[in-house]
Amino acid sequence: MDIHEYQAKEILAGFGVPVPRGGTAYSPEQAGYRAHELAGRAWVIKAQIHSGGRGEAGGVKLCRSEDEIVATAGQLLGKKLATRQTGPRGKLVGRLYVEEATDIARELYLGFVLDRASERIMVVASEEGGMEIEELSVEKPDSIRRLSIDPATGMRDFQARELAFALGFEAAQINDAVRIFRGAYRAFRDLDATMVEINPLVVTGDGRLVALDAKMSFDDNALFRRPQIAELRDKSQEDPRESHANDRGLNYVGLEGNIGCMINGAGLAMATLDMIKLAGGEPANFLDIGGGASPERVLKAFQAVLLDRNVEVVLVNIFAGINRCDWVAEGVVQAFEKLQLKLPVVVRLAGTNVEEGRAIIDGSGLPIITASSLADAAEKAVAALPADARSAMQAS
Amino acid sequence: MAILIDSTTRVLVQGMSGRLGKFHAEDMIRYGTNVVAGVTPGKGGAEVLGRPQFDTVRAAVDATGAEASLVFVPPPFAADAIMEAADAGIRTAVCITDGIPAQDMMQVKRFLRRYRADRKMQLIGPNCAGVISPGKGFMGIMPTHIYKPGRVGIVSRSGTLGYEAASQMQALGIGVSTSVGIGGDPINGSSFRDILALFEADPETDAVMMIGEIGGPQEAEAAAWARDNMQKPVAAYVAGLSAPKGRTMGHAGAIISAFGESAQEKVEILEDCGIRVAPTPSAMGETVAALFGASVAA
Repeated sequence: MDIHEYQAKEILAGFGVPVPRGGTAYSPEQAGYRAHELAGRAWVIKAQIHSGGRGEAGGVKLCRSEDEIVATAGQLLGKKLATRQTGPRGKLVGRLYVEEATDIARELYLGFVLDRASERIMVVASEEGGMEIEELSVEKPDSIRRLSIDPATGMRDFQARELAFALGFEAAQINDAVRIFRGAYRAFRDLDATMVEINPLVVTGDGRLVALDAKMSFDDNALFRRPQIAELRDKSQEDPRESHANDRGLNYVGLEGNIGCMINGAGLAMATLDMIKLAGGEPANFLDIGGGASPERVLKAFQAVLLDRNVEVVLVNIFAGINRCDWVAEGVVQAFEKLQLKLPVVVRLAGTNVEEGRAIIDGSGLPIITASSLADAAEKAVAALPADARSAMQAS
Repeated sequence: MAILIDSTTRVLVQGMSGRLGKFHAEDMIRYGTNVVAGVTPGKGGAEVLGRPQFDTVRAAVDATGAEASLVFVPPPFAADAIMEAADAGIRTAVCITDGIPAQDMMQVKRFLRRYRADRKMQLIGPNCAGVISPGKGFMGIMPTHIYKPGRVGIVSRSGTLGYEAASQMQALGIGVSTSVGIGGDPINGSSFRDILALFEADPETDAVMMIGEIGGPQEAEAAAWARDNMQKPVAAYVAGLSAPKGRTMGHAGAIISAFGESAQEKVEILEDCGIRVAPTPSAMGETVAALFGASVAA
């Protein structure tokens, strides 16, 4: 789960990481008042969306008067901001963060990730701040320093000190840097984060260290024990198709195509999407209905898939282990009746209780297209697309 | 003896008195698996499916000599259950649980390192379908009828794709020595490389099908290891060619976040290491057949 910059800063500040003074604004008037409250002569107004690259997309602006703040806030609020991470659809700017402007002398990069190779929390730092870590690892790989933390001992002072000296901080700044590294590490560990990024970490003109931007992501599997983090979820930043499905316990990822998919198992789901592409089609979504799917759950999954107006064919691919083909088949039949389905539906069943499942489909008298294998299912789904959709695909 | 489990392995089930635990334990017993005990704190002294239940793994091991454990414990308590198994001297634990926090798994991996190699527990999973040696026994949740006994090993992150491979192979008359689900989490017990090493050393396995997906470094690491250390041929498939970057595709670990983690990149790395990669998920069986020819199909 992702959170906003201002939320990440609030959390990090609680762990002793210095951040610039600032406040949120939900209207242009509030933004103006925030600037007034902060006083000073320059402020930065920042669109709060779950994405990096906001600056170059016009979502971060330096303002020198309260009038300018109010006008800029009016331009940003309620609009979609498209960055290179969000894609062309962009994300809705529903809140702003107004911050005192910072006099920057030096910019550094500081990140914490869950490193899958070492199976530990890893610190990634560079003297080249402001650039994205992806760019850094291509353009200045030698500038990147890594430090992996033993979960039994946590980050030790000496490790933080070594890193601080290696990053070229002045003697008077070392203790501050150590406090920031250890604070951010503790925030990561104590709150079950999967990523903490302070980019840039800046040294101000008067020698102070400040986290100028901050990003945090959290482990969805640990939210059960982090209710204070779960509360920070902002549904306006999610694809509405995904919010709908995820709120119903379905594992769904929205894609751009027109073949709606319902599959059990993440691996088989990914493979089915691959197979659809190879057959010349485009999947509308990834959806893993999970284990032990009841007919009701299958019905819910149909509703989630059909929420996407682009869907023109539905493909159901089940290889039941922990699942039962007869339950899935019942769910498909119920969906036809309750949702009055008009779209072609292709069903492939295999595994536990497959004979019973097929008997239910065949006995229903419904126009369900059955498939015998993964490849057969993908080909039949593409073939079942309306003729205009197929020719549009061939043209593109 | 195939790997990890055969008909003599003494198996206990952590969480056997729960609905899912009981359902699958029953299936395992029906298949001929040597299930000797169950563990649920507070249920010691009871019997489930005719097997004695214990309060602690240690008590179960002392009383029954259990050497393998299947962990069916809910996510908040699963890491603890795995560590308990390791401390009680269990040799192989298979954890089915989906949804364990990544930092819990980090603790588990660190914890396992406190034991010397000769008594270190091998953990399979979590978030996996389990392990089956067809005709001998299984610990997990897979549909057993799709596995024909034979001499090809399967190792897969995904449970359902492992089923897909086994049934494609069955249709071509190719049997399986052992199929291992290593699970879809970012931090897991055994890696592809760990399982390849077991198959390479197993006299009853002639070849291996490895089924990977987007995210993480394990497929590439395993491919390099196979190139340098394996005599037996390896075929592979990598799922997620159509997965967008930065999105988690169902499995917590199925996310492209770094270089070399996309399906395309992994396919290239695998092919560079001499591994034959199935071009589509429905060609997994054919790829195994083509690679190993008549000697395996026999």
